[in-house]
Amino acid sequence: MSFARAKPLLLPLALLVTLEAWARLTHLQSDSLAPPSAVLVALAEALADLSIPTATRDTLFATFAGLAIGGAIGLCLGIAFGISRSFDRLMEVTVEAIRPIPSIALLPIALIALGFGYRMEIVIVAFACVWPMLILTRSAVRSIEPRMIEVSRALRLTPLQRITKIVIPAALPRIFIAFRLAAGIALIVAVTVEIAINPIGLGAGIMLAQQALRADLMLAYLLWIGVIGYGLNILLIAAQLRLFGRAAVTGATP
Amino acid sequence: MNRAAILWRIASIGVAAGFIALWQLVANLRLVSPVFLPGPDRAWAALVRGFVSGDLASKLAGTIEHMAYGWLAASIAGVALGTLIGSSRLMRAYVAPTLEFLRPLPVSAIIPVAIALLGLTQGMVLFVIAFGAIWPVLLATIHGLAAVEPRLYEVASALQMSRSAVIAKIALPSALPDILAGMRLSLTVALILSVVCEILAGLDGLGHWVLLSARAFRSADLFAGVILLGATGYFTSIAMSLLEQRLLAWQAASR
Repeated sequence: MSFARAKPLLLPLALLVTLEAWARLTHLQSDSLAPPSAVLVALAEALADLSIPTATRDTLFATFAGLAIGGAIGLCLGIAFGISRSFDRLMEVTVEAIRPIPSIALLPIALIALGFGYRMEIVIVAFACVWPMLILTRSAVRSIEPRMIEVSRALRLTPLQRITKIVIPAALPRIFIAFRLAAGIALIVAVTVEIAINPIGLGAGIMLAQQALRADLMLAYLLWIGVIGYGLNILLIAAQLRLFGRAAVTGATP
Repeated sequence: MNRAAILWRIASIGVAAGFIALWQLVANLRLVSPVFLPGPDRAWAALVRGFVSGDLASKLAGTIEHMAYGWLAASIAGVALGTLIGSSRLMRAYVAPTLEFLRPLPVSAIIPVAIALLGLTQGMVLFVIAFGAIWPVLLATIHGLAAVEPRLYEVASALQMSRSAVIAKIALPSALPDILAGMRLSLTVALILSVVCEILAGLDGLGHWVLLSARAFRSADLFAGVILLGATGYFTSIAMSLLEQRLLAWQAASR
């Protein structure tokens, strides 16, 4: 049984050991690769001198600020589109025209309008987060049992009450899935913006390490970014399980 | 399309036109400095001028080329590797967890590593795009193969089909919807990574064009480039839908 559980770990361990052995045997001197042990040392050093924690704070701040803004916009539009079929139809062409613009293409516009820093990064992350939230919320709201809406009519709820008391609770499990998806996208976009141009956060850190030819530090950043991405994903899945139970995770994937 | 649908469509185009008129109004009244926000008239003029002089067309071709090569390489490698891993229980047990661990990694983080390995070259761009775009295809192929109806495999063993015949005739066709969905996702990833790589490596393409326009504060050219990128995303996604419809027609018929 313990062997079965160790199976998934075997491949990465074997790769790491091979890389380590190869680096030691050939006395690797490289600008692009480093033995895993050196990477771990660099990671520990960068964690200790607070350069990685600071960069992580910057990246996560931009990620969550963008996620909050873009997610809220997407949620409101998604609910509006889901409730009113005519509004959805009227906005169809506009949405179809804006949605395919790759978020990163807005980078130069945000750059000249807002300059370097948090604000331009947050705007781009927010733009990227609007769409998954909008599309999935819309379909979640549309798939609400029609009888629930009838009940709200019978109870003579005001439109606002209908949204807060019936629509949002009924659609919440699927809205959370949309939120999870948007959070993953937000982190990816934030790191990408930092790598491309913005001199803050983890993305800028990894670019700087590369330009300084510090392969160990660069790979340490890469490892850390992977850990952050994985950790965020695990955290959100755990939250989803806790809030909505197993059925919401497996059953209602869009 | 029936009459009502066409009417809705026209109304919807009218709303979009209204937004463009609003944009024009904002630009004309100079509510936002024209340095940042050109009106749609100026953006359109820049678009036409770029195409007449041939500048913009060659940049567009550059971006589409990066995107297409990277995407094709990722699709082929993704399906091949996915089949290799997904069709064997042993490989699935050992390799799939590692892949699941790597999946949430922001793929753009691989760019510095690729620059260190390959320099600011065409090869680096191709590697980054292919590496980024392979994940959706790879994982979709593995999941698609894992979800094949078990009775189909029973039929195959009753017919004494060889392993490769089972993969080619049963497993891959029934995983096709998943694979195509993965390829659609990786198309978006490929476009985004093309733009990022062009910005970083200064290669010929729309990413480079929009960055240069921004640096020179030529906002009309900048917007022309962004509009073209949006159009690229839109039309590649339509092409993908057509491909999906065509390739999956047999499935719709058999259901």
